[in-house]
Amino acid sequence: MAMLAGEREYGYGIKQAFEAKFGDLLPVMNAGQIYSTLARLERDGLVVGEVVPGDNRGKRLYQLTDAGRQELAGWIETPVPGARLKDEFFMKFAVATSVGLADPMTLIERQRLEYLQSLRDLDAAPDGKGPAAQLLVDGAILHLKADLEWLDLIESRLTQWERVG
Amino acid sequence: MTVLLEGKGLVKTYGDGTKVEAVRGVDLTLERGEFVALMGPSGSGKSTLLNLLAGLDRPTAGEVWLDGQRIDRMSEAALAKIRRRKVGVVFQFFNLLPTLSAAENVVLPMLLVGRGRGDARRAVVPLLDGLGLAGRHDAAPKQLSGGQQQRVALARALANSPDLLVGDEPTGNLDSVAAKEVLGLLRETHQAGQTLLLATHDARVAAAADRVITLRDGQVSGEKVLQRARPVDFPFDGDRWS
Repeated sequence: MAMLAGEREYGYGIKQAFEAKFGDLLPVMNAGQIYSTLARLERDGLVVGEVVPGDNRGKRLYQLTDAGRQELAGWIETPVPGARLKDEFFMKFAVATSVGLADPMTLIERQRLEYLQSLRDLDAAPDGKGPAAQLLVDGAILHLKADLEWLDLIESRLTQWERVG
Repeated sequence: MTVLLEGKGLVKTYGDGTKVEAVRGVDLTLERGEFVALMGPSGSGKSTLLNLLAGLDRPTAGEVWLDGQRIDRMSEAALAKIRRRKVGVVFQFFNLLPTLSAAENVVLPMLLVGRGRGDARRAVVPLLDGLGLAGRHDAAPKQLSGGQQQRVALARALANSPDLLVGDEPTGNLDSVAAKEVLGLLRETHQAGQTLLLATHDARVAAAADRVITLRDGQVSGEKVLQRARPVDFPFDGDRWS
């Protein structure tokens, strides 16, 4: 819907704009997904599509309805959840260590290497990608530093628990 | 690759009655041109180990070899001479002499190895300029920001083109912007061939190293070799956004 916030657009144009903006961030949407989404939004009265007079290909040009604009504004205005309790590493860690599939310290050490390497990758990323990319890099670096501190914390807690027995 | 620095079975114990074992049997080798980071929680023995390897402190047991010479049993005078020529040190709190200007702080170690004053004064100019301190040569340390002071300290450490540059939390007392600048300069010196050994809490500093050695309770608990930076996939082109 955000792709329709500006001008009216064809389904194919939406797909292109979406890929240009979020190509690597979100999975590629195929044309079928785009059109089925548009059909659902149209059914719900959030977008309206019409055939352009004189266009004999039968392509429909879509635009947001007032309800659609409201829906989009509501989505934009709602803050995203802050708590990140779903962590892939920790899920693996908890599962693997509880059933004895892996040595906890080895998992921590491997993950630490991956985070350090990622930090190195980000620090070496070219600055010339633009201001938005730079903000993303800075954010990712802060998250990685927190993740590394978290690994330190997990490791020291485990060591304490082992000592206590 | 040739070995520049080697610690063998290093132990350092403090105190007479209740002994504190700060370093408990560490073996560590640094190749010439390598950048190694020492990480570990406070009290893990990083600084003590760094001091032993840099010849700033002597081990209770074990050996330290620098550039083919065993340094841990040398006389204080002989060790001081080696340190001045072969080891540059950067500390967390800069440790500049407050009564000397930035340039004079850097000239001093050059005089200590017997260079003439005029020659040293000339050599300092490109060194300080290269570290982004053009126009600040005559400033007193207290007139400089933390980042600038650390850059002067880096120039002082590099003054005699040491074989080994060691740093104890070189970004530990800097804000994130200054820390990034100092790290960038350390990385540049490494790229120019400088061998680096840094003790650090800062993951970003560690991530710049070729090898990260983790200490825990005075012993090596982990060692990681980092690869060249991998390309980063950006989720979108930054210029499409603003």
